[in-house]
Amino acid sequence: MPIFDPITMRGDLSSARFEPGPTEGKMVLNMGPQHPSTHGVLRIMLELDGEYILRAEPVLGYVHRMHEWIAEQKTYMQFIPNMGRVDYLHAMAWNWAYTGALERLAGIEVPERAEYIRVAVTELNRIGSHLLWWGAYLLDLGAFTPVMYSFDDREQSLDILQAVTGSRLTYSYFTIGGVFDDVPADFSKRCLEFVKRMRSRLPMYRDLVTDNAILRGRCEGIGELSVDVARRYGATGPVLRGSGVASDVRKSEPYGVYDRFEFRIPTYTEGDAMCRYRVRVDELETSCDIIEQAVSNLPEGPIAAKVGRSFRPPKGEACLAVEGARGKILVHVRSDGGPKPYRVKLRAPGFSNMSLFCELARGTLLSDAVSILGSLDLVIPEIDR
Amino acid sequence: MMNVFHLLLANPAARLVLWLLLMFAFIGFNALILVWVERKVAGYVQLRPGPLHVGPQGLLQPLADAVKLMGKQLVTPAAGDKLLFWAAPLLAFAPVTVCFLPMPFDARFNPLPMNLGLVLILAFSGLGVVSLCLAGWGSNSKFSLLGAARAVAQSVAYEVPLLLSVMAVAICAGSLDLYAIAGHQGAWPWQWYAMKNPLAFFIFLVCAVAETNRAPFDLPEAESELTAGFHTEYSGMGFGIFFLAEYANMVIVAGVAAALFLGGWQGPFFSGVWWFLLKIYAILVFIIWMRWTFPRVRFDQLLNISWKWLTPLALLDLALVVVVVGHLGA
Repeated sequence: MPIFDPITMRGDLSSARFEPGPTEGKMVLNMGPQHPSTHGVLRIMLELDGEYILRAEPVLGYVHRMHEWIAEQKTYMQFIPNMGRVDYLHAMAWNWAYTGALERLAGIEVPERAEYIRVAVTELNRIGSHLLWWGAYLLDLGAFTPVMYSFDDREQSLDILQAVTGSRLTYSYFTIGGVFDDVPADFSKRCLEFVKRMRSRLPMYRDLVTDNAILRGRCEGIGELSVDVARRYGATGPVLRGSGVASDVRKSEPYGVYDRFEFRIPTYTEGDAMCRYRVRVDELETSCDIIEQAVSNLPEGPIAAKVGRSFRPPKGEACLAVEGARGKILVHVRSDGGPKPYRVKLRAPGFSNMSLFCELARGTLLSDAVSILGSLDLVIPEIDR
Repeated sequence: MMNVFHLLLANPAARLVLWLLLMFAFIGFNALILVWVERKVAGYVQLRPGPLHVGPQGLLQPLADAVKLMGKQLVTPAAGDKLLFWAAPLLAFAPVTVCFLPMPFDARFNPLPMNLGLVLILAFSGLGVVSLCLAGWGSNSKFSLLGAARAVAQSVAYEVPLLLSVMAVAICAGSLDLYAIAGHQGAWPWQWYAMKNPLAFFIFLVCAVAETNRAPFDLPEAESELTAGFHTEYSGMGFGIFFLAEYANMVIVAGVAAALFLGGWQGPFFSGVWWFLLKIYAILVFIIWMRWTFPRVRFDQLLNISWKWLTPLALLDLALVVVVVGHLGA
């Protein structure tokens, strides 16, 4: 490795570190941070032989916002809005992970109604997230139209969530001990309508997109991930389930009231991009099932436990794992008894999933790398935090 | 005055220049309409209205886009080869204009009779790949280079079945003159070569889409992989001319398809140039529809389709045609 010398160095530190490998006839390609298929600001250094990838190395840090440090500077309550901005596509899950960890720390009992509302909005948000992934992934594969259809559907879920939370993307709807505000009177009705609509759309998506021969050619057998590798990298969520492991935090360590719902965990065994694709598309259905059950017997009652204006949990630490759209979200909070957290650790599933990319992309074509990257469903702000 | 005009028309060189200028205008006008059609069709496929506000139904939108492109600064990459970089778009566009010369618009109107029109089109459309190659190399950008490499391999792979399928039709008609081939077919759909030899028509259509770098075979500019492929570094009219050439190429392949396979200017009634234009636009709408429906194929798959499927099929088709024509006459 060359010594860091800012005068003779070409490019930046990451490219300087990447340089020594390539020999005659190889090319180093800098994909991102501004690239159409790295979704946000992921940067990937690639060493290419023709179009074959010899080595891939993600470079992170372009949207690092120091969420964990901010947590230490703010009171517990003031930090909640940040959770909507870690993973903006599944903000509800992060809301839940943080408030849930605090509730566990302070031993707060969440009212029944709040628990059901939490489940409903989190699953609605999960559908929105998966739909956005679906459209964006097909854009990566060069199909321009599906994204318009999926955004049309996602819009409907956003409308419901807007009526509930007031915002369309970066929700901070959860509060310590419940939710901030009650749902509107027609919430259940709208949710059931949405579920019905979603179920009527899924067969069309299957016929038009999933069964398309070109799409299958681009996904099947691409980026095959063995369970062993997935475990070693700490992959979770649809990526792990696509490799045949039925691991879902909602089932394995149920939080909230998830143990009261009937739903299956879709798994596929081949571990390729198509399996990850199928898991997510199937999860659209399972989320519909959960929403249906949650809103059809929404209990009456208070929507939040009584928590004082200045929330001071007792000294100690607690953590809560939540199943996000991208995998296992974990928030670990440590309190020293003061009004601000002593330390908050956020475990983003995208980080582990992204680390898999180096492993999966090796030896594939550039086009396959794009397909693999898309199939991992990365949200870069979540990885950088 | 009239006499001077007639004298001019009697001179073949003057007629060539005049016809070239006319074709130039035709290309420009068609590109404007095609951009509008493309965006409108894309809109209908994608549940949105498409351009709506510039002119009636957004008809003037392509004009506004063209003005915008012309107003933009032309940037040459600092490390690029200036000469090659700017030669590329011109080289992309120049052969396209020539390709329009032997186009059989109407039987009553043949300004430049030539008996090798088909060969001329194939030869000049083959030049297009040189410009992509130069653009990729002259830009001195890795994405451009990869795009150019793809373009060359793709164009070589698809020219083979394209030529074979065209040859099958030429043998049927016994001529390489587009007017003769189109005239050889009748006015009714069952007299067209698309009906008599559907395999060649299918192969020609697939190859035409690949040759014009249109989705699902738009690999040289695959924007999700190579940002914009060979024209990544082009701005303003540099990009604009590539764009114009792409649309003009689409019109050419659609025109050749209409002449070779769909009877050219002949229709069940009112035969004339409008039938030719109608057929061209039907094929173009089909190509546009494909683009907004399918994902992009991968590079090795693209080459496999050509070498393992289209080329053998085209050879088989050609052999069949030779046997049938040899035994039964044309």
